[in-house]
Amino acid sequence: MATYKSVETRYLEDRRAFFRGLRNLDRRSFLKVSAAAMGAAAGLAAPHSFTPVSVARGAESPPGAAPQPAFRFAYISDSHLYERDVNDRFVRGLLRAVDDVNNLDPQPDFVFYGGDLAQLGQAKELELGAQILKNLKAPLRIMVGEHDWYLDMGQKWRELFGPPTYSFDHKGVHFVVLNSVVERDFWTARGMSPMERMRTVAGLDNGLQSPFTVGAAQRKWLQDDLARLPDDARIIVFSHSPLYKLYKPWNFWTDDADEVQAILKRFQRVVVIHGHTHQLLTNRIGNIHFHGVLSTAWPWPYAPEGMPEITIQMSRPDPFNPHDGCGDGEIHVHPDGLVDKVYSLWNRNPVTVSRAYMLSAGKESVPPLPNRPSY
Amino acid sequence: MRNAPLRCPASAAAGTICVLLGALAGCAQNAAPPGATGPNASERPPAITPVAATAEPSAAAPAAAGGETVAIGACDGGAAVEVPSSLTGQPLADSLMDQWQRDHPEANWVAEQQERHALIPPADNSDLLKGDQGKDHAYGNYTERDILTWARETEKFVAEGSRIFHSADELGSTVAVSCDMCHPHAANTHPETYPKYQTQLGRVALLRDMIDWCIENPVRGEHLDPNGAKMRALEAYIQSQRKGVALNYGKH
Repeated sequence: MATYKSVETRYLEDRRAFFRGLRNLDRRSFLKVSAAAMGAAAGLAAPHSFTPVSVARGAESPPGAAPQPAFRFAYISDSHLYERDVNDRFVRGLLRAVDDVNNLDPQPDFVFYGGDLAQLGQAKELELGAQILKNLKAPLRIMVGEHDWYLDMGQKWRELFGPPTYSFDHKGVHFVVLNSVVERDFWTARGMSPMERMRTVAGLDNGLQSPFTVGAAQRKWLQDDLARLPDDARIIVFSHSPLYKLYKPWNFWTDDADEVQAILKRFQRVVVIHGHTHQLLTNRIGNIHFHGVLSTAWPWPYAPEGMPEITIQMSRPDPFNPHDGCGDGEIHVHPDGLVDKVYSLWNRNPVTVSRAYMLSAGKESVPPLPNRPSY
Repeated sequence: MRNAPLRCPASAAAGTICVLLGALAGCAQNAAPPGATGPNASERPPAITPVAATAEPSAAAPAAAGGETVAIGACDGGAAVEVPSSLTGQPLADSLMDQWQRDHPEANWVAEQQERHALIPPADNSDLLKGDQGKDHAYGNYTERDILTWARETEKFVAEGSRIFHSADELGSTVAVSCDMCHPHAANTHPETYPKYQTQLGRVALLRDMIDWCIENPVRGEHLDPNGAKMRALEAYIQSQRKGVALNYGKH
């Protein structure tokens, strides 16, 4: 009978076998053990490091095959760094993601960081994150998250990374980066110190804070930024919070999402990539395709209500399996501006939510369903 | 005493019961025994020891009719408070309580915790007062006050759990991690599935075993006493937030 063994069990079995072998080591078995040691060491370094090979070289693909992407970029998000001597687990998470992305061959056109680089917005946390991200071989584009912002209202972040709202063009696609974590002032009336304000925002289930918004000023900026573009322009928007209303108690929510969507409505194809939710999350509202990204620090549970039907939920992470449910990933951009979203989960098989799946509203190219419920 | 409801909020952070003032709360020599119900109970002279009296009305007691104030030492060890010497009975108690609350803004921590983390309230037992249900129990009749006491005490227990659940310091984390970082609103804790065979531990686990595992591993804190105050509070909070979910022990 086949027995299910967890990653951790398999790792421990390999390790035990290796040390048993060491005890009775003679010349003849040396080679055998050292081979096992190399296996164990390789397993230790990256037991399930799936490094997807590029599928971008599709010039010779047969007619009728799935369309090939025009270019691709990688993402890393939600590292929630403390200083290294406070917590090195989250630091190791970000380092691992940077290694993953640097090992991609060929390299992505750029790497997008999805916000919440720091846990409490402290200068040393942000500086540590900036320092680690400097190791990326590909150029970095970065977005702000609420954990980066509410200690000094973005002062240090802007010093390191520049303005939080900007746009750029890459290979015919117009990219827009928003600060979608603007909260109404809840702190002055309560007489909170900057750190109290930061800690309130940092608590996902802390109801004293306000809902996230993009805000009138940025909506105006977005309107102006997109004004010159034709309706068939290819547009990818980055926002830290999902640009729709999923679950308000955890700010899986943007309060003025309807207004932002109204600005995007005239375009035939829009992709929104967001952080904050630390999970596989997919939604489609009309012409707008929404994709969440993974965290390098910890996975969040799914919202208890209001989940988009099109989302294929990842099964619940195993707490005994460190970094299960975490990871990084890639985004393959097709010539029409729509994307295949790759979730490179560290302890699981990668999952691709394809352009075809989104276009068919979940009917075709369905990603493999998880073997356990998400809870 | 009987007609003066005791509005003494407990200071949970210190884990102590606040007995505000000897004269009014009954920790001094002439305290009424529990249940004392004499008609004159509220008219007893309060056991106030004047430790200072000023001729001019002080800023703290502008309403003093005769201009005299009296300083009263609180039996929680806090600073003495000044009240007009003309005050007696309930107005005096109210004045003292107001001052105490001003000095202890954290005293409303239960309400604050409820608002901050959207705590689910305990069952409403007010139906017990309908008809004869509340009458002739072993210890007398249930009153509105009983119903309120049950609710308040239970809410406080749960709020204390929420406070610990959301605090890396209270949990003793060495890596600044608290429970809510993975379990907002205690989501994904599924207390209704315990006891169950926890495959990763290779044995049957209770909810408290998993709480302890989490504290020792992801949180990197010290093992919690399974019967200690913190574990009891954490269990209370986690279970309270799954109110209405059917028990289904053993479920994976």
